[in-house]
This record gives sequence, C-alpha cells and structure tokens, in this order.
Amino acid sequence: MNAPANPFIARKSSARTIEHVAFGFFRTATYFILICAAVIFGFIFVKGGQTVFRSSFPFVNVPFLTQAPETLYVFQYEGKKMELGDRAFRKFKEEHHSKDIPAESYVYSSGGIFPCIVGTILLVIGSMAIALFIGISSAIYLNEYSKQGKFVHFVRLAILNLAGVPSIVFGLFGFALFVMFMPMLQDFRNPAVLSLPVGFGHYLNFSGWNVCLLSGWFTLAFMALPVVITASEESLKSVPKGFREGSLALGATKWQTIRTNVLPYALPGMLTSSILGIARVAGETAPIMFTAAYVIRDKMPWQVDHPMDFFFQGVMALPYHIYVVSSKIPQNEYTERVQYGAAFVFLVIVMGIALTSILLRIKMRNRYRW
Amino acid sequence: MIEVENLDFYYGQARALHEISISIPANKVTAFIGPSGCGKSTLLRCFNRMNDLVDIARIGKGCVRIHGVDIYDPDVDVISLRRQVGMVFQKSNPFPKSIYENITYGLEIQGIRDRKRLDEVVEKSLRGAALWDEVKDRLHTSGLGLSGGQQQRLCIARAIAVEPSIILMDEPCSALDPIATSKVEELIQQLKGKYTIVIVTHNMQQAGRCSDNTAFFYLGKLIEFAKTEKIFTNPSQRQTEDYITGRFG
Repeated sequence: MNAPANPFIARKSSARTIEHVAFGFFRTATYFILICAAVIFGFIFVKGGQTVFRSSFPFVNVPFLTQAPETLYVFQYEGKKMELGDRAFRKFKEEHHSKDIPAESYVYSSGGIFPCIVGTILLVIGSMAIALFIGISSAIYLNEYSKQGKFVHFVRLAILNLAGVPSIVFGLFGFALFVMFMPMLQDFRNPAVLSLPVGFGHYLNFSGWNVCLLSGWFTLAFMALPVVITASEESLKSVPKGFREGSLALGATKWQTIRTNVLPYALPGMLTSSILGIARVAGETAPIMFTAAYVIRDKMPWQVDHPMDFFFQGVMALPYHIYVVSSKIPQNEYTERVQYGAAFVFLVIVMGIALTSILLRIKMRNRYRW
Repeated sequence: MIEVENLDFYYGQARALHEISISIPANKVTAFIGPSGCGKSTLLRCFNRMNDLVDIARIGKGCVRIHGVDIYDPDVDVISLRRQVGMVFQKSNPFPKSIYENITYGLEIQGIRDRKRLDEVVEKSLRGAALWDEVKDRLHTSGLGLSGGQQQRLCIARAIAVEPSIILMDEPCSALDPIATSKVEELIQQLKGKYTIVIVTHNMQQAGRCSDNTAFFYLGKLIEFAKTEKIFTNPSQRQTEDYITGRFG
C-alpha cells in the first residue's frame, strides 16, 4: 500500500524564484540604509570622540566644550615639539622672555567651540518659538476655521512648495528681507533708506536688522514652517470629531472648543513632529550664513550693553563653524580634530533635541489618552 | 415646541430634506425612524445647527422655530441656542477628562467657577442620568474608564448639566449592548416630562418602547408622523407599514 503523495509538496516555480529575488532586493535596500547610517555615525563618533573625550580624568575634553576657538601655534622649544593656543603661546613667550619664537600657526585649531554651542542653542530656541507660534496658529486656521475651498487648497500648495525651496534661497530671502529691509525704530532719520517718522523724534528706518539672532530666527523659522504646519494639521486631524461636536453641542464657542478640547490632545503630536523638523532645519548652514552667523566673535551673546542688543547681535553657530573649519581654512591634521569634534558635538545636540521631543510626547500622551 | 416649516436642506447640490413640516410637542419623546440616509439625523442636526459645521450644508427654504423663534435668523446666537438644545451623539464621546470635569465643562465655558455650585450640578446631573450611585466614589477618575453604557449616560448627564429644554439624541444606543440600552431607555423615560426629547433610532422596538410620537422618514421626506401606537399598529401610509413590518429598510 502506497502512502498518498503529498499534494502540498514544495515545487520550484518561476513565481517562487521571482519572489525570492524581489524580497532579496528589498532586504538589501533596507540594510544598505542601515549601513550608510552606521558608517556616517560611526565615523563621526570615532573621530569626534577622540577630540571630545580623554582617556584620563575628567574623561571629557573640557576646554574644547568651554572655550572659544583660538589659533594654534606649533613650534620647537629646546628640542621639544609644543602645541599651544593663542593665549597660552603669548604667556609662554612672556615667561621665557623670548619675543619671537618661530612657530607655525593654524587658525581655529586650538581652544574649543563653546560660542558655537551657545549660538546654536540660541538659534534653535528662538526659531522653535517662532515656528511653533506661527505654524500652530496657521494649522489651526487651516484645519479648524477656514472653509475648505479653492483658497485653502492654494495655501496648502504654497506650503508644499515652500518645503521644496532650497535652503540657500531661504538664506538669501532672509538676507534680503530681514538683514537688509526690516524696519528699526530709531531716534534719528536715516537718509540712506526709507525712513518714516512716527513722532516723538523717532523714525522707522527700513535699514534692516543686520546679521543678527533675530534675522536668523525668522529665516530658520520660515524654513521649518512647512514641517510644523503639516505636522500640526495632521495632529489636529487625528483628534476625534466627537470631542469637537460634544463641546460645541454644549454651547462652547469654536475657540473654547479648540483651546480646551482639541489643542491639549493634539499638542503632543504637534510638538514632537515640529521639534524634529526644527532640529533638522537648525542643522542647515545656508540659511544662517547670510543672516545670523559670524565666523568668529570674541564676546559671548550675554555680553551686551543693552538688553535689546541681545536680539541684534550675530552669533557663532556649529553648522557654520563646521563649514568654515572644513572648507574655508587650510586643511591639515590640526584642523581635522576641530572638524570632527564639532560635528560630533553637533550630532549629540541634535539627537538631544530629538530625544527631548520623544520624551515629551511619551509624557504628554500618558496624560491624555483616549 | 419645535416647529419645522417646509424645510429644504442641501449638501452641496444634493437635496437631503424635502419640504419637511413637523411640529414636535414639548415634554414628550419623539422618535425619528427610517432607513439609513433618509435624512433623520440631518433634520435632528438642524435643531441645534450642528450642520453649520459642514461647509457645504445649507438650508434651501423653510424654517425651524424653537420656542417660536426662527433659529436660522441672523440675530440668533448659535451658542445660546446650543445651550438650550443639548445633544447626545451616536458614539459616546466623553472628553478625556475626569467624570467631574466632563459634567462641569458646559458650565465652565460659561464662566461658572463657583466650586459649590459645580459640586451641586455634578451630583444633580449624575443623579438625573442615573449614574450617581455607580460613579460617586470615582468622580475624579477619567470618564473614559467607564463602560460604554456608562459613558453614554455620562454624556447625557453632561448635556443636562447646562439645563437645556430640549435634548436631541442621535442613535444613542446603537453602540450599546442590550442591558446598557435598557438603562438608557429607562433614563429617557425618567427625563421626559422635564425635557423635550427627540431621538433618532434604527431600532424600531426602541422607538416603540420609549417614544410618545414617531416620525417616519424616507428618502428625505417625512412620510408619516403620529402617535407611536398608531404608527406601529395602524399606519396610514403604505411605506410606513412596509418599513415597520420589515419589508424594506
């Protein structure tokens, strides 16, 4: 008696082969992304880690994180090779009573990147505040108030287009509008530009805000707007219709409904996606190179004479500093340390922002769950 | 109480209601029945102008009068209208706040902050919705922790907290199991007399059990409106009889 042949036995077929090939391709593509990310991060972490970390106590290169960039001097002294920053080198010369020791100088290769860290954080905070305020407001208008007609369709199209504008164009736009044109309230008439008297001896001079934090904030914020608006709209859409109807049916105004029964539930999603978007934009060099970033500045942002000056000062920023030390100065073994160190610190900051947004979401989600 | 006169209603170009005229008596339960898409929910949502939220919705002609006032008159404030005309939705929609906050929401948006008054209203409304005994020990826990039937009664309590004169119910039991349904129906019986209740339902037994008057709609038209007993025992229209006996719908 023969056992009946297994009717489900696996057979080779072309469909099966194609299946294998197709999935193999998809899998390779996915792993390829993973490898790219691993290589980039690994490279920067290994190379940058050498600059930022130390093998002995305190294990972190404190001067690199707390000092301003300086010129590095490399010279021979009594047969020993010395590497000293600008200030240390001058002190060394005084102590040894020798006016001129022949030394090779490498710009920005000593000291640290503290002003850049501070500047980047200031740029991120300010542009985040502006982008969130304008972005969430317009998302509320588009999603809750406006009639879904041709005009809103057009606005959405404009937002999509804005997302596709190259960052250098944003930079030039910011330069033209904020740096060169925006009005300043001043107590003198500036004959070189459009100057409108506002009374009490004051004039609105359309002389621009110059290269400053404020210009950078707005430029970065405008660049982040498409992401913020789109993410905010998505979050608003995900709030169940029942909350709105329930509230309106109790005699709440539209704004009361939005404020108490829509926004609190949409906010976690809004903040997370928006902050991620802003962290992305904050890494851009092009928008700030015309509007907010200085190559080098001695004063720290809080060293201002008048509180208002705070907004009208340029700052150093990490992305721009990386750009400068990687392409605007002669390259050598000493500059490489700064490049990778700065890139490493920058990555950590951006990751920190992303992590904050994720923690924020988890915390807020737990508060409002439906 | 609610008088509808020759009401035509459109969604864009599509006519959803055809010359509806109906007079809904005060302090009675009126049921709207009819197959899906017959316009009964649309008409219900005309009574508290919930349709205003739909961009393309508009009234063609006719009017709706509540307490003798045309509620689509430009002088009418939709906010105060909705305080008079409460609504309970098909899908229970308690806010993701505490039970207490759910009830007080309608008062807080009116600016009432007096703690003592709010406490009173919470107890009164929850008692009114036959929910007090079940939740009195956990007023400050989330309204979403309640069962489906309790959530729906919480929504009713929330609606009566602002002391409306009319309560609209849009298929309030369609998502509930039979026990929860019977509790809500009991509640409707308790509430009538104090409130004018209009209930849209797909469940004809429900209409038969808890309403005084029944209106049957079909394809955007009001086919028949009469005492519930008459509709269910001796309808004067052929279509009503076919629907009631389950021949279509």
